[in-house]
Parts: sequence; C-alpha cells; structure tokens
Amino acid sequence: MRAELINPFLKATMSTFQTMVNTNPTPSAPFVKAEPSLAHDVSGIIGLSGGAKGAVIISFPTKTALATVSSFIGLNVTQIDADVTDAVGELANIIAGAAKADLAGLNVTISLPSVVIGSNHKVTTPKDIPSIVIPFTCTHGDFVVEVCIALSEAK
Amino acid sequence: MKILLVDDSSTMRRIQKNTLSALGFTEVDEAEDGQDAVAKVSKTHYDLVLMDWNMPNMTGIEALKAIRANPETAKVPVIMVTSESEKTRILEAIQSGATNYIVKPFTPDVLKEKLDAMK
Repeated sequence: MRAELINPFLKATMSTFQTMVNTNPTPSAPFVKAEPSLAHDVSGIIGLSGGAKGAVIISFPTKTALATVSSFIGLNVTQIDADVTDAVGELANIIAGAAKADLAGLNVTISLPSVVIGSNHKVTTPKDIPSIVIPFTCTHGDFVVEVCIALSEAK
Repeated sequence: MKILLVDDSSTMRRIQKNTLSALGFTEVDEAEDGQDAVAKVSKTHYDLVLMDWNMPNMTGIEALKAIRANPETAKVPVIMVTSESEKTRILEAIQSGATNYIVKPFTPDVLKEKLDAMK
C-alpha cells in the first residue's frame, strides 16, 4: 500500500473534523484490515473510481456518531435518524472530496455517499484491494476511517 | 437578498442556512438537486444561488450550465459550494460561468468572505 494513497485521507479527515465538527482528531497508527473485519454501528461509504478504485469508509460507534453529528449540524441529536444518516454521508463525501485534491494526478471520481446503520455491522471490501484502517480519537469519541484503494489497471 | 441553497444533503442545507441566518440573510429557499434548482431559478428571482456539485438527477455543474444557457437566468450569481477541490474542477466551474467557488470543508468566515465579495 502506497502511503501517498493513504495520507490524503488522513489529512482530509483531520481537516474536515477541525473545520466542520469543532474537534481535533488524533490519529493512531494505521493498520491493514484483517478478517474478521471490525464491527461498527454507523458507516458512511464513498466509492472511488477513475485512476484509482476502491472506497473510503468512515465508521462510528453510535455514541460517537451522535456526538459528532450534533457538533456538525449544531443541534443536539440523541438517536440515529435521517439527520444522522445524511450527516454521516456528507462527512464521508467531504473527506473523500478533500482527499481527491491530493490525488489530482489520478483523476479520481467519487460516488454519492451510502450510509449503513446497524449495531455491530461489518463492511466488507474487495479482497483484491488492500484496505488500511486509520483509527482516530477525538472529543466526541473514537472512530475509524478505512481506505480501500488501488491504482486502476489502466494507470 | 434572496438566496437559493442547492444541496442533496439536508445537513449541508441546514448548516449553510444557519450560517446565512447568522449573517442576516433570512430569505433562503432550498433545492435538493440540479433539476430542482433549475426549475426554481426559472420561476423565482434569486440574488444568489449556492450550488453543490455532486447531486443525483442533475449535477450542480449541469444545473449551472442550464442556468447560464437560459437568457432569463443567465446573469444570476452562482457560487459553487462543493467538496470537488481539484484545480481542474474549479477551472471547469469558472469556465462554465460560476461566480465564485467554495471548497468543503469550509468555515462560516469563508462563506461570509465570498458573500462580502459580491457587494
């Protein structure tokens, strides 16, 4: 896994949370995702295509999701609802979009966001694409950003 | 100033609406995608459109081009507010007639700065 493919997502996550969620997340050492995959409660997923393929996934425990979204939208949310779903999708979208700027030479296209809600769900990524998990800690709790990315064969 | 907020994310519409309200702009309508935006701009006079790029049905850049192609709406100021941050995208938007460009993530100060620049 090339660091130059991962670092843009780490940088974009920190920038997005600092600017729009009013918290300064601290990353821990990234690691290669192993099976069985991590379990989460709320995940925002953006597909990547073009010069690089894969997905970026931001996943939260429920408590962290609620605190993060409350700060993001400026309204106290106490349960997982349509607002939380939309906000997590938008966070994933902003992070992927910001990371794209540092992957500009690859002409990456990002999909519209999908959001998965469900206690202890697991997000499976393609086995042929390496997947790196970046854990973060912030004032709202812990969360992870998973970057599953590889250069497209045409590149 | 009458403003149209265009974003498929209700979260971003809420955040921008709150920011605009804090800045004293309370006459704000919302559209959920490019199609909705083009329809609303053709029916109502807006002093400004804040337009997302990636949306279902019709993207923001397609909506911008449609607004510019209609002589009755061609001069409506449109600021793109988007996570599309590459220089090529910004250039594409400006060449398509965008009045200005805000990259997500952004602070309320950035939105204020862009609005001040229009005065």
